[in-house]
Amino acid sequence: MNMVKLIIDGKHVEVPENTTLLKAAKTVGIDIPTLCYFELKDMNIENRPGGCRVCVVEVRGRRNLAPACNTMVAEGMEVFTHNIRVLNARRTVLELILSDHPAECLTCSKNGNCELQSMAQQLGVREIPYAGEQSKYRKDTSPAIIRDVDKCIMCRRCEMMCNDVQTVGALSAVNRGFMAVVAPAFEMNLEKSTCTYCGQCVSVCPTGALTEVDHSRNVINSLADPAKTVVVQTAPAVRAALGEEFGLEPGTLVTGKMVAALRRLGFDYVFDTDFAADLTIMEEGSELLDRLTRYLKGDKEVKLPILTSCCPGWVNFFEHNFPEMLDIPSTAKSPQQMFGPVAKEYFAKKLGIDRKNMIVVSIMPCLAKKYECQREEFKVNGDPDVNYSLSTRELAHLIKQSNIDFNALPEEDFDNPLGASTGAAVIFGATGGVIEAACRTAYELYTGKKLEKVDFTELRGLENIRHATLDFDGLPINIGIAHGLGNARKLLEDIRAGKSQFHAIEIMACPGGCIGGGGQPYHHGNSEIIKQRSAAIYREDSGKPIRKSHENPFIQELYREFLGKPLGEKSHHLLHTHYFDKSVGDFIEE
Amino acid sequence: MAKIKLSDKKLQELKDVCKSFNNEKGELINVLHKAQSIFGYLPAEVQEVIAKELNASVAHVYGVVTFYSFFTMIPKGQHPISICLGTACYVRGAEKVLEEFRRQLKIQVGETTADGKFSLSCLRCVGACGLAPVVMVGEKVYGRVSPDGVQDILSEYNN
Repeated sequence: MNMVKLIIDGKHVEVPENTTLLKAAKTVGIDIPTLCYFELKDMNIENRPGGCRVCVVEVRGRRNLAPACNTMVAEGMEVFTHNIRVLNARRTVLELILSDHPAECLTCSKNGNCELQSMAQQLGVREIPYAGEQSKYRKDTSPAIIRDVDKCIMCRRCEMMCNDVQTVGALSAVNRGFMAVVAPAFEMNLEKSTCTYCGQCVSVCPTGALTEVDHSRNVINSLADPAKTVVVQTAPAVRAALGEEFGLEPGTLVTGKMVAALRRLGFDYVFDTDFAADLTIMEEGSELLDRLTRYLKGDKEVKLPILTSCCPGWVNFFEHNFPEMLDIPSTAKSPQQMFGPVAKEYFAKKLGIDRKNMIVVSIMPCLAKKYECQREEFKVNGDPDVNYSLSTRELAHLIKQSNIDFNALPEEDFDNPLGASTGAAVIFGATGGVIEAACRTAYELYTGKKLEKVDFTELRGLENIRHATLDFDGLPINIGIAHGLGNARKLLEDIRAGKSQFHAIEIMACPGGCIGGGGQPYHHGNSEIIKQRSAAIYREDSGKPIRKSHENPFIQELYREFLGKPLGEKSHHLLHTHYFDKSVGDFIEE
Repeated sequence: MAKIKLSDKKLQELKDVCKSFNNEKGELINVLHKAQSIFGYLPAEVQEVIAKELNASVAHVYGVVTFYSFFTMIPKGQHPISICLGTACYVRGAEKVLEEFRRQLKIQVGETTADGKFSLSCLRCVGACGLAPVVMVGEKVYGRVSPDGVQDILSEYNN
């Protein structure tokens, strides 16, 4: 590797060639401000369109200022990151960006989390000297995501996520000059586009241009209604990230405090989506074994590999893009949607109340869950199995609004019976976790032997696509894992081409899995945060007394009392679903 | 957005254009250029086909179509009217002529009349500055046009 020597703010720097000035400066502790630039290290995610010009620096001998995010180092360069010319230009750039930005900070849902706001603070902007035209574009509300593009600064991060990382292609920069916005094709509403609601555009948007649909008022109203029994379920990844909203170190597990907070918010029963995750393993694991045994017996009709179906963004993705392969994914509902009917058809009956008087709320790291719970097939006579899905961020707001000192809360336990779970369930929150959990159970059911080593560490990690062969007592099982929809697409195309050697594949729409979900506290491009959350998830797993789903005593009781057996008639009716061809925009062939 | 049906022949022609560029995403602008010469404009349906053939997202294709002013999603009129707004025409009153066309046709620049007869666009210099201000209708050039002459030009085509 060729090294390049240069001087930045009087400091001698030596870095490999093809390093940007931004990264070179960082090696000597110089933090050049950026706005459009975005990176998730170790996940091959980088956005550097050089569009906003906030990161400009002066290079001796160069006529104009250079964007540090997009300019490579050169031998002997002399760079100034904060002389008067740079500071004035940087401030002017920001003032111009702000000149057509709505001054709605007080009521903006990004207030306090907005990178444009922090930049204005950092650069000391106290007035905006340019009074120009204001952009006026219609607001677009979908079931999960709101587009308010008047607040868009054309950083193109969402476009990079939607196209390069997720290969969803719902968003693109359209029009030009002052009229330029990021929008779906033909500027149709997001709901009509190929959007999967994965929410990765929201999680990288520096401003309030892309935000989630907020359901917390609905939840507050339900909690205040004495006629309703309000039940809450919390997804695995929430407990590994919620603490960040209260100033705790990333990776702090707040399971017990979260339960305490939910109880103080007034939920009648604080349950765990992890319980439903254990249930998912019972059904999905049995389905894997069923397909596998039939395949081994020579059944040529059987569809392998089986694909996991817990992730609603992923389900939307294959419904849009691979409609000819709808019979490959597992028919098992996601844990959120398994929890719903168990609460309303089993638990409500135990309590002797009508399902209409039970409100099920889910706390999710995800925005696609908001759409998932509104799907028609998950309703009974118009009554949704899960009424409202709140993001981790919305829960944090609810707690703050309700005068609860989160950090001072005691650690409390989930309620039974739908709060008991195993270590296998909690790792659903990290990429590779669902398939690891499934293998723990499938191994024992298939071989009839006790699994000595519960940790399948070969399935863990953050590489985009991973594969491993597990030994099921002499039978090699090929497992594939992808996180991020672009990576999923590659595995899907292999299957379509008949090249896939896998028996089972786990897919999560979001980079890192649910811990990096579109509804999590904003990581602002710090991939360390995602790694810490992942570590927390596996810590929670190893601390659990029971680590295999089929050993959860309350799951066993549920099958005994109510469901019968996995893949049985009742399970089929309540816990399995089917998929729809949602390929859109094909005007020609209709 | 009204849906249109592309004829099988034109659809095949469009696919052949894509093929002639090896269905490469990087050739999008060239493909759009040719497509517009086939169809006269780039309706959503055409963009859909191009996106599919080049394995690009429709949003991206639409992004490129809306970025370049050369590309249009509105079909041109039977008699496309172009008013030169180059320097020479401009100083000799082309803007007033344009204003008169807008007033009489009741359309804005870039639009087409409801009956599909006329469309209105601006251009920069046709190399006939001695005739300024210049107006083109189809291939025909009109020189020294005044607002008063607009009515006469339109009536040539209104029968």
